[in-house]
Amino acid sequence: MRVTFKVYRYQPEVREDPYYDSFSFDAEPTDRVLDGLNHIKWHLDGTLALRRSCQHGICGSDALRINGVNRLACKVLIRDVGSKITVEPLMGCEVIKDLVVDMDPFFGHYRAVLPYFMNEEAPPDRERIQSVEEREAFDDTTKCILCAACTTSCPSRWANPGFLGPAAIVQAHRFIFDSRDRGAADRLSILGERSGVWRCRTIYNCTRACPKEIQITKAIGEVKRRIVDDRS
Amino acid sequence: MRVHEHTFDAIVVGAGGSGLMAAVYLARQGDVRTAVLSKLYPTRSHTGTAQGGIGAALGNMGEEDHWEWHMFDTVKGSDYLGDQDAIEVMCRESPEVVYELEHMGLPFSRNEEGRIAQRRFGGHTSNYGEAPVRRACYAADRTGHMILQTLYQQSIKNDVQFFDEYQVVDLLIEGGACRGAVALNIATGELHVFRCKALVLATGGYGQVWEITSNAVTLTGDGMFLVARRGVPLEDMEFYQFHPTGIRGMGILITEGVRGEGGILRNHEGERFMERYAPNLKDLASRDVVSRAIYKEIRAGRGIDGKRFVHLDATQLGAEVIETKLPEIADFCRTYLGIDPVTEPIPVQPTAHYAMGGIPTNVNGAVVGMHGEPIRGLYAIGECACVSVHGANRLGTNSLVDLVVFGRRAGLAMADYCRHADLESAGDDPAGPAREELERLWSTAGSDGENAAEIRREMKQVMMDNVSVFRTEELLQEGLAKIAALRERADRIAIDDRSQGFNLDLTDAWETKGMLELAHIMTFCALNRTESRGAHSREDYPDRDDENWLKHTLAVPRDGSIEIGYKPVSITRFEPKERVY
Ligand SMILES: Cc1cc2nc3c(=O)[nH]c(=O)nc-3n(C[C@H](O)[C@H](O)[C@H](O)COP(=O)(O)OP(=O)(O)OC[C@H]3O[C@@H](n4cnc5c(N)ncnc54)[C@H](O)[C@@H]3O)c2cc1C
Ligand code: SF4
Ligand code: FES
Repeated sequence: MRVTFKVYRYQPEVREDPYYDSFSFDAEPTDRVLDGLNHIKWHLDGTLALRRSCQHGICGSDALRINGVNRLACKVLIRDVGSKITVEPLMGCEVIKDLVVDMDPFFGHYRAVLPYFMNEEAPPDRERIQSVEEREAFDDTTKCILCAACTTSCPSRWANPGFLGPAAIVQAHRFIFDSRDRGAADRLSILGERSGVWRCRTIYNCTRACPKEIQITKAIGEVKRRIVDDRS
Repeated sequence: MRVHEHTFDAIVVGAGGSGLMAAVYLARQGDVRTAVLSKLYPTRSHTGTAQGGIGAALGNMGEEDHWEWHMFDTVKGSDYLGDQDAIEVMCRESPEVVYELEHMGLPFSRNEEGRIAQRRFGGHTSNYGEAPVRRACYAADRTGHMILQTLYQQSIKNDVQFFDEYQVVDLLIEGGACRGAVALNIATGELHVFRCKALVLATGGYGQVWEITSNAVTLTGDGMFLVARRGVPLEDMEFYQFHPTGIRGMGILITEGVRGEGGILRNHEGERFMERYAPNLKDLASRDVVSRAIYKEIRAGRGIDGKRFVHLDATQLGAEVIETKLPEIADFCRTYLGIDPVTEPIPVQPTAHYAMGGIPTNVNGAVVGMHGEPIRGLYAIGECACVSVHGANRLGTNSLVDLVVFGRRAGLAMADYCRHADLESAGDDPAGPAREELERLWSTAGSDGENAAEIRREMKQVMMDNVSVFRTEELLQEGLAKIAALRERADRIAIDDRSQGFNLDLTDAWETKGMLELAHIMTFCALNRTESRGAHSREDYPDRDDENWLKHTLAVPRDGSIEIGYKPVSITRFEPKERVY
């Protein structure tokens, strides 16, 4: 089928303002949107810049705004978005070049929630025991690939760039609800601050955007409840 | 072009499972100044895509298991080419490192007792080949993702210093020592010289050389190419694994865990054909055996509708097993194929997957040259290295073990080395050659010339047609000639992008040239080895020939051709035997 890609361009070394470029070519309906972008880059215009690696929704490199919705370009097929496809960089981020944005603030917020296992008790010789149910309690949030689709779709974050954002909360949830971890109090106090969970207005954009189908709003709710419970 | 300088004790190139394991160990020392350079943001590394599991003889599932059995399976899987001293180290240490990962917080799936859950995987057996055993420790079908996340988290905890999106484009190897690396800061287009006492390459594989592959577009073998062009040989490059079950046409991997849980391969007639090829282990025979069986079925016209694929039937597993143990696989099938594996078979074909060969090292990750001489300060780990624990064919779950066991060992060995070694001079203009090379490519921007992407596409096709599962002299000679022609055309590559920052047009072209060199070496080595062993299957030499070929190949580019050397295989516990599954 004939497809037309309208692609956001920003080439700061060549021209000051961003603009849009259009490319029309034949593609299979079962091609990924990323295949289309690769086709443009490899055969039509080598100057197009975008990040990508695994090409099957695992590495989190290519979260983009596709027809106005945050998706991984490698996880959405052309037949699912139609023949006119607009591709833009993630919102609320500084654009470095074309579809490449500055991810430092995003990863800074990730680091702020102490995203690592904390338990200073001496471990047993073998594994720490964890029941199937205890493991299940945080299974959903272990799936996060740090693609930023959620955080960059969040209106609260657009309004308050200091808001840690859904991805960082998901990462904190993964540890707070891990029965083996002992750092919950530290993380909850960070998330209880002004830039933390209370900025979430349960708009659900994040949950809709997540390519791993993580129930983000639910996870944020669980963290809020934990903070309230711990205070009372 | 601006050049920046940095000095560290230790440099880690690559932030996948192996690189991060080494980095965590280096950082924990406290007195070794360490930096990690990675062309990808660390969590984007391909280790994250590993699905099925990490092998360790924990015996958690009510079945007896021993590291000696794991060792036997690995030796047999390697078709007796793996070095048994190294395999012993790996299988002995794997339970300990798996527990260590758990202590770092890795969320393994659990069994009823709350211990790490384990599943079956191809070629892993109890009692020296008797019956399949549950040895693969897993976190659903996201084991690699959890390993990568956990090690990255530990790196943050231990304050590892990262240079993200820095691509190493040259190594400072001279006079038998490595003195550092030159890297391109992708964001700015500026070069950075990193001087150090010890450097470890952890740059992963090069599946991008083939058309159908499970490997990321960024797995272009940079580390291997960089050492080879500095005169360090590569080992056993003729051995490359095709995984039996990639999604038809796309190559996306469907983990062996599907067969471990009970999935069955079927041909057009619905026959479970593996019963004919491996009566004992059937669908769980080792990967080389299963991939060849699929090719034979296809050749005999028994592919589905006579086409180039077969079916992986997981319908008998039931929705519960698929949704809880194989959720990612179910998601791939629904997203990319529009089918539901609970009710429909999955169309699969062999997909280029894993490099058994690579940079030759000892069991501490230290690189050794053509004649066994050490290259001071240079280490290699993970898929880009060849210890050799996988020999002619890797067993599933053994790469993840390899990453963490040898990542840890290399980290410790480097720390030790850094304490005793001095920083050696790297010369006056260490960035010179890299600067010239990149400036030459830059200067082609906008001019008429060859398109790197087109050359890459043709290379992938040649390698698929001529240097894949079945090989013959004729095919390989033809492949060699075609690769030579492509290498010549690659000298005339012209890029489009003139800019400095995020010039991925430039790095793509550079990687394409590197891959052509690797394709050349690999094809040359495949032609050179006149026997069939493991993944290297020569139809004109169908038998394994221990008398002449029970040895490793070493290959290094020399004056436009390839110089070949050999090194003996370490055999300690298990004498070579015929390999039947
Ligand atoms: C789909 C899939 C499933 C798999 N499943 C399993 C499994 O279940 N069990 C198992 O044991 N094995 C499995 N494997 C194999 C295993 O995952 C890989 O072999 C292993 O993860 C490789 O890890 P690594 O650390 O060597 O490199 P990678 O994780 O590939 O990382 C390479 C790193 O090097 C960096 N890099 C590369 N070039 C440069 C450069 N020039 N400059 C700077 N940085 C550079 C990259 O940025 C990256 O950080 C699987 C592989 C695939 C593809
Ligand atoms: S929670 Fe989902 S959308 Fe957000 S970063 Fe993680 S994977 Fe991406
Ligand atoms: S390229 Fe890895 S998630 Fe899309």
